[in-house]
Amino acid sequence: MLRDLFRKPKKYATIPSEQVKKDIPEGIMQKCPKCGTILITKELEKNLKVCKACGHHLPMSAPERLQSLVDNGEYHEYDQELISKDPLAFPDYVKKVQADMNKTKLNEAVVTAEGKIGGYPAIIGVMDSRFRMGSMGSVVGEKIARAAERAAAKRIPFILFCASGGARMQEGVLSLMQMAKTSAALEKMHREKVLFVSVLTNPTTGGVSASFASLGDINIAEPGALIGFAGRRVIEQTVRQKLPDDFQTAEFLLKHGQLDMVVPRGELRDTLIKILEFHA
Amino acid sequence: MKQGYLPFEKPLMELRSKIEELEQFTKEKDIDLSEEIATLEAKAIRLENEIYGNLSTWNKIQIARHASRPTTLHYLKTVFDDFMELHGDRLYGDDPAIIGGIAKLNGLTVTVIGHERGTDTKDKIARNFGLPHPEGYRKALRLMQQADKFGRPIICFIDTQGAHPGIEAEERGQSEAIARNLREMAGFKVPIVCVVTGEGGSGGALGIGVGNRLLMLEHAYYSVISPEGAAAILWRDATKAQEAAEALKITSDDLKALGVIDEIIPEPKGGAHRDPMLQSKYIKQALIDHLDELSPMSQEELVEDRYQKFANIGDFTSLVTV
Repeated sequence: MLRDLFRKPKKYATIPSEQVKKDIPEGIMQKCPKCGTILITKELEKNLKVCKACGHHLPMSAPERLQSLVDNGEYHEYDQELISKDPLAFPDYVKKVQADMNKTKLNEAVVTAEGKIGGYPAIIGVMDSRFRMGSMGSVVGEKIARAAERAAAKRIPFILFCASGGARMQEGVLSLMQMAKTSAALEKMHREKVLFVSVLTNPTTGGVSASFASLGDINIAEPGALIGFAGRRVIEQTVRQKLPDDFQTAEFLLKHGQLDMVVPRGELRDTLIKILEFHA
Repeated sequence: MKQGYLPFEKPLMELRSKIEELEQFTKEKDIDLSEEIATLEAKAIRLENEIYGNLSTWNKIQIARHASRPTTLHYLKTVFDDFMELHGDRLYGDDPAIIGGIAKLNGLTVTVIGHERGTDTKDKIARNFGLPHPEGYRKALRLMQQADKFGRPIICFIDTQGAHPGIEAEERGQSEAIARNLREMAGFKVPIVCVVTGEGGSGGALGIGVGNRLLMLEHAYYSVISPEGAAAILWRDATKAQEAAEALKITSDDLKALGVIDEIIPEPKGGAHRDPMLQSKYIKQALIDHLDELSPMSQEELVEDRYQKFANIGDFTSLVTV
């Protein structure tokens, strides 16, 4: 047909699939998950992973956090060699832990270390949400308890950065009991009158929020961090009503008297130095 | 007789009602059926042993959740003498999902605290089915501090699905209330014995669960997450709760093997609800035994004993061989 000869060829626009949109390579550029602004990775790192456009605090890995915190980036790591077992022979657990070890180059979801901040020595713990969502199993509980014991024995402050979805389901009741173990170690510190500062970062929920994370002599949170005991969906199903937008954010907790302060990441190191100085 | 039977008990229930029928028949018609009855009785006992000797994790959960399972109030009235209930956290309110007070155990004055899920529907609703709010944990803490002050041993009965998930509970610091109890319980200078009597639901259970001794009724369970919750996360399917329950290792035998609990308190055949008074007797004896063992310890030894108990829980390995 003649008409076919003159038909305009259809024009296609390539729309990236949802998957591709999310998978912007972690190279030169990165997209803020909150406001969508394209950020230059180097600049983002310089800004402590805080979005310049909207102030959103992106997650920091444990090594990044430690680097940003201690004097000259120098610290001595403790108990690095501890690794998880599979006490319940839980489906796929070993595989998942192994995958996270490869992904993060860490042995577990918390790094504990000793270093100096503004010249003040401190025991520092940093949870890493990339590793099993920062969940607490036997190793995380043990490392945090040992860190608290060291702080009590050396009589130097313990600063713990929390980032965790809660107790680790795959280690069952052993994970639950780590809440008691870590809290008991903090009781020892408390008795010895040694300072414990809890820094709650996104997210701090469940069994971690209901144990050491809430037990700081001073509790600090990063802006916008999700902090709470029960999951939002569980609460919505229970109360059958819409929850306020700011529910379980750092700001919500501050308003309800559960935190001492909300401190933006850029000011955190100076705030901690001031606190250490008050207690020196 | 037929009331309160669980699905897996159906064959036994049918056999029992057949025996009853025959007994009725003997009475009414005056025919001697004693031989038949004896045979059936023997069969019933065999069946009973078979069913209760091979309970699955899920069967045990069903028993632990049984509507007529004795609650903390039953034990307060039957294990102890002179229970005097004390109310309120002095901060916000009085949470009826956790009860507590002072009582005598075999002549010894003790402080007793426990989750109370309620007995009839009205009571259950009033007590929020035993799901505490922060004020419940804070009342428990107040009573424990009081016990510590006056040197009384503390006994806790654990029986809750978990701490209440709700807006107000979050606003008033559910996390902080539980966390504080964990820390404070670690430091009390008196013996603390905890008994899981029914459901041990995660942090809400542990909030009154840091003891020198942790005991568990035979069919009780204690878990980091409800089997339904675990199934929803693992397989996005809450109906796979039975599989999740097995995987989570939450029965008294599992917890004994994991080194978490110190003793399993036996239950009457079929569960505590079959003979609540007998259950009270078993619990009373266990409490007396454990308090006897703890009583010679000094204050410091008690704190250290509790510390070591939890310090030793966990399973991990080291990449470096020493």
